[in-house]
Amino acid sequence: MSDTPSTPSAPATPVLEMADVRKSFGPVAALRSGTMTVEPGSIHALVGENGAGKSTLVKIVAGVHRRDGGTLRFEGADVDFTSTAESKGAGIAVIYQEPTLFPDLSVTENIFMGRQPLGRGRRIDRAAMLKETTEIFERLGVDIDPRRPALGLSIADQQIIEIAKAISLDARLLIMDEPTAALSGVEVERLFAVARSLRDEGRGLVFISHRFEEVFALCDRVTVMRDGAYVATTDIATTTPDAIVEMMVGREVGELFPKTVATIGEPVLEVRGLRSAGTFRDISFDVRAGEIVGLAGLVGAGRSEIARAVFGVDAYDAGTVTMRGKKVRPRRPRAAIAAGMAFVPEDRRKQGLVVDASVARNVASVIRRQLSSLGLLTGRAENKASGPWAGRLEVKTNALDMAATTMSGGNQQKVVIAKWLATEPQLLIIDEPTRGIDVGTKAEVHRLLSDLAGQGLAILMISSELPEVLGMADRVLVVREGQITAELDRTEATPESVMKAATAGAVPTELTPVLPDALLKEVGA
Amino acid sequence: MSATLTKSAPTPGAGGGTPGRGAAVRGALGGALRSREIAVAVVLLVVVAVATVRNDSFLLSADGWRDLLLTPSILLLLAAGQMMVIVTRSVDLSVGSTMALTAYLTGRLFIDVPGIPIIVVVLAGVALGAVLGLVNGVLVAYGQVPALVITLGTMYVYRGIMLTWAGSDRINAGDMPSGFLALGTKQVLTIPLLTIVAVAVVAVVGYYLHTARSGRELYAIGSDPDAAKLYGLKVPTRVLTAFVLCGALAGLAGVVHAARYGTVSSGVGNGIELQAVGAAVIGGVAIFGGSGTVWGAAIGAVLLVTINRALPILGIPDFWQRAVVGALILGAVVLDRVLALRQSRKYDEEREG
Repeated sequence: MSDTPSTPSAPATPVLEMADVRKSFGPVAALRSGTMTVEPGSIHALVGENGAGKSTLVKIVAGVHRRDGGTLRFEGADVDFTSTAESKGAGIAVIYQEPTLFPDLSVTENIFMGRQPLGRGRRIDRAAMLKETTEIFERLGVDIDPRRPALGLSIADQQIIEIAKAISLDARLLIMDEPTAALSGVEVERLFAVARSLRDEGRGLVFISHRFEEVFALCDRVTVMRDGAYVATTDIATTTPDAIVEMMVGREVGELFPKTVATIGEPVLEVRGLRSAGTFRDISFDVRAGEIVGLAGLVGAGRSEIARAVFGVDAYDAGTVTMRGKKVRPRRPRAAIAAGMAFVPEDRRKQGLVVDASVARNVASVIRRQLSSLGLLTGRAENKASGPWAGRLEVKTNALDMAATTMSGGNQQKVVIAKWLATEPQLLIIDEPTRGIDVGTKAEVHRLLSDLAGQGLAILMISSELPEVLGMADRVLVVREGQITAELDRTEATPESVMKAATAGAVPTELTPVLPDALLKEVGA
Repeated sequence: MSATLTKSAPTPGAGGGTPGRGAAVRGALGGALRSREIAVAVVLLVVVAVATVRNDSFLLSADGWRDLLLTPSILLLLAAGQMMVIVTRSVDLSVGSTMALTAYLTGRLFIDVPGIPIIVVVLAGVALGAVLGLVNGVLVAYGQVPALVITLGTMYVYRGIMLTWAGSDRINAGDMPSGFLALGTKQVLTIPLLTIVAVAVVAVVGYYLHTARSGRELYAIGSDPDAAKLYGLKVPTRVLTAFVLCGALAGLAGVVHAARYGTVSSGVGNGIELQAVGAAVIGGVAIFGGSGTVWGAAIGAVLLVTINRALPILGIPDFWQRAVVGALILGAVVLDRVLALRQSRKYDEEREG
């Protein structure tokens, strides 16, 4: 590589030093020991599984959250940011995965909002603002009209605006949280070129990414996190993707409820060639009776979108969904229900439950048409229909007319599952079955799913928790950037094999040109 | 292959690939933005022209000319204030009640404090409006309850206070000094003084929204409140400011009402809050915040008032007059939606192409 990191003459003060930074939300420790040191003129990668605490760490540096403990130093001085304005004022810029721009305002205003150059009489000096924007864009070599509104810009261009913002702030530290997730190969290369030139100016950069080839192509050092804690920091030159994966997943599987053996029958669900522009493509898989298929992958890989398309909530551009040999009409959740599908969404409070309604009403909500007579639905019919289900799933509630909102997350989840079981489905699609559920109840939900599979129900389970996928699934499909990159049998699925397929396993075609062959060889990919 | 890639560092922009699209977008967009105010102004001119053809005293008599300019002044003030609130993705339904309270305060001060200087009364009206706006602002900005609900509540509360305070009282022209009432009829170069005041207020609001940081931040907050937080903008303070300014202008509108009509009854400003919202929407202020100009809201206000006065002249029955105003608002909203869809489709095509 000809672009050598700048070599400061004296041992420079690190831009950012974090040691043992802690943060809890209620009883949940999101960050147990955040530790990282970023040198000026370097690009530092931060990697870890979903939920490893990366985002919490970033938000503490950015002043979105306040830490509970630990030390945080910026350019040698202890800091304690209480707002994003403070961290920004100190010289820290954060580019979030989802760009945060004002769609109605011009590109220039977006860059300078809140700190516009002022002329006489504290009036905004629009000419100066425009001039500086033009200069920054020239430096970045981008062709975006500074006067146009941010509305309608591509994600790549929006990210350029965010970077322009950071430059105009003269940020000493620039944190990029998965900036490349939505970019094409050319756009990634443009972003990297900008990142390198910022590094060569002596700024510190933090780069969060799940794409190892990018980490190895761009970064100088890497810090690995796991379960909210610091694992290790090494030079990129002295490590390999395999070594990093090992550090990311190194933990025991098995404290969770393992799936009991079930006889696996005929295919219930058959998905062929499903495609939705910009979200996923070439999705083909089967789910058989009595089988739990795990859909693994990183957040944002397109797993939930696939499930929503299969169930008919979202439209898709091509492909077919077949239940028991019969095609299911797209974009019709009611047709999917009629065909025997049930869908427990990720956000159960918002999409799976009427939280203020009673348990009975919730359980009966999908089958309300069958229960009603003359178009009227009585509480008695609801109670009668829901009682057995609540009992079978051991929903811990004093009365069926209790509001769902008063129950624990685990019991709410059971109510949602009961609601769908009342429709007597043949396929259960369940998105993050145990998110936000305490460890004890988690095992109960797992046992329930396992029992249901044992009774012949086909289950498609989306989960970001590796142990859950590995413990429960008969088969694991790994989704990466909208494509199934691996299909692993229960025996083949290990933390390493799943993680590899989810991150660096297969290089998507459009990224290939970005990767120098020599580099790939160097890191042994 | 690796050779070409290894020297990519200091030459960014090799992959720009989207030349020359700036000018076209700018032209089209500028046209669309400008055209809204112009379009409403054209409709206004047509209405005036048709009404004048039908009855030339609508425009050409001294009274007609004066009324044409004077009648919208109250709604102009309210629309200017309302517009600042709407741009932050809120709404203030209490302005009619606020105006009623300050109009009554105006009369009350003249009765209870004989010889009180007019300027003190005007300032008192504005101050009371600002305080009422502050109450709204605090509840909305810090109570985290939608403005629609909060100001619906304060609309009734403020009206209730006014009714309790006034009882069966009614302020008549005789209760107020002639110097004050003269403000309502005074003209400068045939232009009514109150209209000049209202236009000046609109100009100041327009200047503020265009050139002050805090003015621009109102747009930013309405455009994306979450982004505004991440930018570190003082969202609650700014929202509060918008409500205080809106209340203050409603207060001024109350004083103007007293001067213009010489009487204050309990029904002052009933339903005018919705006219203020309608004026802003007709003038191109997005109801979900983030865009629109005070000029648009002002022209929308003039159009609303003028249409209401012109329709009887055109012989259109009362029922249809309301329907026409409704159609105008619906038309404005549909137009906004169509334009927005077309714009976003254009951006999509640009990106694909």
